[in-house]
Amino acid sequence: MKRLFVKGNEAVAMAAIEAGCRYYFGYPITPQSDIPEYLSRELPHLNGEFIQAESEIASINMLLGASATGVRAMTSSSSPGISLKQEGISYMAGSELPGVIVNISRSGPGLGGIDASQSDYFQAVKGGGHGGYHIVVLAPSSVQEMYDLTMLAFDLADIYRMPAMVLADSVVGQMKEPLVPNKRPVADLPAKNWVVRGKGDGEQRVVKSLFLGDGELEAHNWKLHRKYQELKARECRWEAFQVDDADLLVAAFGSTARIAKTAITMAREEGLKVGLLRPITLFPFPEKAFLDATARTKKVLVIELNTGQMVEDVRLSVARDAEVGFYGRPPGAGSLPTPEELLEQIKRTIEV
Amino acid sequence: MQQVFKRPISLKDVQTHFCPGCHHGTIHRLVAEAMDEFGVQGRTIGVASVGCSVFLYGYFDIDVVEAPHGRAAAVATGVKRARPDSFVFTYQGDGDLAAIGTAEIIHAANRGEDITVVFVNNTTYGMTGGQMAPTTLVGQKTSTSPYGRNQHKDGAPIRMAELLAQLEGVAFSARVAVNSPRNIIDAKRQFKKAFRYQVEGKGFSFIEALSACPTNWGMNALAANERVGTEMADYFRLGVFKNTDNL
Repeated sequence: MKRLFVKGNEAVAMAAIEAGCRYYFGYPITPQSDIPEYLSRELPHLNGEFIQAESEIASINMLLGASATGVRAMTSSSSPGISLKQEGISYMAGSELPGVIVNISRSGPGLGGIDASQSDYFQAVKGGGHGGYHIVVLAPSSVQEMYDLTMLAFDLADIYRMPAMVLADSVVGQMKEPLVPNKRPVADLPAKNWVVRGKGDGEQRVVKSLFLGDGELEAHNWKLHRKYQELKARECRWEAFQVDDADLLVAAFGSTARIAKTAITMAREEGLKVGLLRPITLFPFPEKAFLDATARTKKVLVIELNTGQMVEDVRLSVARDAEVGFYGRPPGAGSLPTPEELLEQIKRTIEV
Repeated sequence: MQQVFKRPISLKDVQTHFCPGCHHGTIHRLVAEAMDEFGVQGRTIGVASVGCSVFLYGYFDIDVVEAPHGRAAAVATGVKRARPDSFVFTYQGDGDLAAIGTAEIIHAANRGEDITVVFVNNTTYGMTGGQMAPTTLVGQKTSTSPYGRNQHKDGAPIRMAELLAQLEGVAFSARVAVNSPRNIIDAKRQFKKAFRYQVEGKGFSFIEALSACPTNWGMNALAANERVGTEMADYFRLGVFKNTDNL
């Protein structure tokens, strides 16, 4: 297999094409603009459509329309733009529409800055729009994962008929690494017998999220809830690095997990038994992996590039007698922690 | 005996939820007749908006996607780009299209999307109970303009058909009314033109229909009909503002 040397954002765009996505709708925003730039160049040669929309709101609704016809389609943006897309994401979740949304997140709140940040965790995994729904959230920590998880996002979206988000940041989006452009995996995809197509002589089909009949909306929401339970049972993904003999378990996702891994390797060199549990699916959150790992390892240190978001899900997942500590910094210029800084925190946690 | 009048095949045989004297039913019929005329029912994907018209999937026997408030033109863009062989129309009210959806309609029109937009202007938010709309006439009292629309505070009502006609991407733009047999006959002609533009792949077509909302205007049906032809038509002039191919 050939190896390429590409940016994380380019890997997302390449994976989308490999996954059969031919429709992209977006609006420029740093630090994700490589994605629309790449696709505006490539999609016209593939009988696809690229639209630079008037806003992120319009982009997500174009995605809604295209997805309703059954094609694979995507949009991408960064934090402030993802906020604008929340209305459409809620409607897509309510209408059970697949579709991939990529968030190369930046720091906030407000206009914030363009630095790497993990402060959109809550927004992504807790349902960023109204109505109490979830979407699939995947957190790549390498260029290879940007590629592989983007393809997985398309499959999970189609299988569960719901939006799927790739949540990364400018570190993973902007860095260049070797990439093996894998072929699209074979997935057992359900037939899309619900798409609007023009009814012909068949039955009318309606894609909607309005349910006004007695009991209709409650039944619909229970159906969505069962889907989320099914996701939790079947689709959790995580990486376990040196956890079997660990006295301390570090939990981190995305770019932060890479720095944590370096710190853990440094700790191991000093004879400290430290391991890493890295959630790859943020929703569904790998609750059982944390419960199992904390059956033995009773100390957990959660590290995030925010002031504490994923730590809440870790606390809900671990064994009752496990202690969960947190180290993080709010986003902003120069906020990326160094491996030495994290090693210091690891040592401090072990000593307590 | 010869049958001279019947239900268009694109309409279902059901009762609507519309209030007595409301013009949505007539406008639905004109849309259905235009679909029948060109035989596009089987390849039509309608885009419903938010407001009284959201239930159009209950009345039209066609596939439908429901759009968030104001976003119908963006949803229709996604549908049409993904399925260029389908016939795609949106059906939107004045709050939906001319307030919250202004960016979406202007840019879909400017891109010259090959879709048809049916715009129902009744100078009020009907579904939510008669609040001030972007098309509410100056001086008109509504539940959120209890002293009458004040041009210096609220701006003047927006004339969408004229505004969109300015854009290069728009092939056809017209305003009709359905308050009298004569106006309905003319409206029917304009609806067919609007649909023909898309059937022939000639670009974005826009048709604005002045509509009565007796319930929220606090009028009976006759008085509401009268208002459409007088006060409303005085400000919102009926006519064709763009017809690029002289269809």
